[in-house]
Amino acid sequence: MNDMSPESYVTADGRTIGNVVMDMRDITLKFGGVTAIKDISFDIREGEIRAIIGPNGAGKSSMLNVISGFYTPQIGEIWYRGKKRPPMKPYQVARQGIARTFQNIALFEGMTVLDNVMTGRLTHMNASVISQALWWGKAQAEEIENREKVEKVIDFLEIQNIRKTPVGRLPYGLKKRVELARALAADPQILLLDEPMAGMNVEEKEDMSRFILDVNDEFGTTIVLIEHDMGVVMDLSDRVVVMDYGKKIGDGAPDDVRNNQAVIDAYLGVSH
Amino acid sequence: MEMLSKIFVEPFADMVAAPDFLMQVIWEGLVSGVLYALIALGFVLIFRSSRIFNFAQGIMVVFAALTLVGLHAMGIPAWVSVALTLVVMFIIAVAIERIVLRPLVGQPDIILFMATIGITLFLVGTGETIFGGENKVMITSELGIPTGDVVLEPFGGFLLLQHLDITVVISAALLVCALLVFLGKTQMGRAIRALGDDHQAALSVGISLQTIWVLVWFVSGIIALVTGIAWGARAGVSFALEIIAFKALPVLMLGGLESITGAIIGGLAIGVLEKMFEIYWGQPLLGGNTEVWFAYVLALGVLLFRPQGLFGEKIIERV
Ligand SMILES: Nc1ncnc2c1ncn2[C@@H]1O[C@H](COP(=O)(O)OP(=O)(O)OP(=O)(O)O)[C@@H](O)[C@H]1O
Ligand SMILES: [Mg+2]
Repeated sequence: MNDMSPESYVTADGRTIGNVVMDMRDITLKFGGVTAIKDISFDIREGEIRAIIGPNGAGKSSMLNVISGFYTPQIGEIWYRGKKRPPMKPYQVARQGIARTFQNIALFEGMTVLDNVMTGRLTHMNASVISQALWWGKAQAEEIENREKVEKVIDFLEIQNIRKTPVGRLPYGLKKRVELARALAADPQILLLDEPMAGMNVEEKEDMSRFILDVNDEFGTTIVLIEHDMGVVMDLSDRVVVMDYGKKIGDGAPDDVRNNQAVIDAYLGVSH
Repeated sequence: MEMLSKIFVEPFADMVAAPDFLMQVIWEGLVSGVLYALIALGFVLIFRSSRIFNFAQGIMVVFAALTLVGLHAMGIPAWVSVALTLVVMFIIAVAIERIVLRPLVGQPDIILFMATIGITLFLVGTGETIFGGENKVMITSELGIPTGDVVLEPFGGFLLLQHLDITVVISAALLVCALLVFLGKTQMGRAIRALGDDHQAALSVGISLQTIWVLVWFVSGIIALVTGIAWGARAGVSFALEIIAFKALPVLMLGGLESITGAIIGGLAIGVLEKMFEIYWGQPLLGGNTEVWFAYVLALGVLLFRPQGLFGEKIIERV
């Protein structure tokens, strides 16, 4: 089914792309009469930046929601690290090391930036509820460890100066960055980003692109990215899935996809 | 003229003339206010994390107090009974989540509210079956709560503070501080706040609804036990205690359903104001017993001007 060999390879810019880590098989997702995803299969390789593109309403966000457990497909299988994944709730998927951001920013508006990013560490909570409540020392040790990790992420994304600001007061671009910080704090193996650059100005887009590349490069994080800006997609991604009306109409390296007639038609046929 | 003077002049003249008595009135109001605040806090915690208006908060107070007294009556030492009561409250929290909340996930808020009425009726029935309906005495001295009093002499006057009341105020303050540290500085606390803030986002960072719900119901259970001990020590333990939960309603109208600060300040304010009104206006002018209704009138008055309560945030539908 895959047009690429199962072995790992090294990209032109020297990053190692590993084996298939997640395999989506024949996924179909319906909402009442609307079929948001029609029988789509594709895979995600360890360490790659995998883009999903397509016109509005193509089903991109729905696909991300399927991966992160927010939607359960009626048909199809998800294979994660060689095992078929049973139907899972979003929090269970999160605890498997899959973090995400949302197309419409979903932050805890009443909490500070620091607290928001700290919630990213919830997937790593070892001490159970009860022992947290009863055993103050253990909870404290965990708190300190979490804080260290979170401060690193905050430094990495250059948001030190707004650490104590309630998120509700931040401008849009910074909110997007805080959301990324929260996802990164989880130390995810796969990072799902739903239009991380939507609504940003050129400079903010450049910053965000750089952060995404750095995350992938420095931590080897696998990234699945939905993006409308074709320039960005071509620059960042290793492979691209193209969706249109819930169907997959293209899959491959950015250059191949760009020259694919079906893709060109889909984009010309839809106004943006 | 005379009437106006009785309303607008004499009460304040009395306050100034006898500041020690004013302090006494405020103190008594504060003690009730602390308990209203505690009950309101239990409501707020549950409402914020699950959008459920928990009608059962009052009966949880009664049930906790009854369990404590009942266990002690079986010959179990007082503090062991407290620990066992906490275990019972935990079991109730788990049971409510499993049997009532989980199957109703995603149902309209009103259904969940009705469900908490169901929980109330169930706890009333179970409580009466196990412990009987008659009045009981709180095991105040067995718990080491002092029963004497101290007399202070502010402004050369006379101020009497019951040891019991002092203990209640201090314990409540400690409980609230512990709660604030828990919510503000621990991961579990952040999870609770996060869930109250944005549902989707909370799910995406690995927060399990079920765990948090059990947790907030258990924390409300702990609050209920403390309230039950305090109120029971003053008024005895019976199902009539449940009505103090209705005092939480105006507190919530005043403080907002989602604000912890609002619950605390609203509770204290209502406790103090209703007492002052009773003593300075109610008894001389209205024949007394105004504490039954004053809080509601006050809260309604505030609602006319600020529908979201004094501390509530904007009223917005959550998406
Ligand atoms: N929760 C839902 N309930 C009902 N229909 C939905 C739901 N989520 C998505 N859909 C429908 O599924 C289709 C695909 O939507 P989706 O949001 O996945 O598209 P998208 O490719 O992300 O579009 P955009 O670029 O505008 O974000 C649309 O027709 C949408 O209306
Ligand atoms: Mg979308």
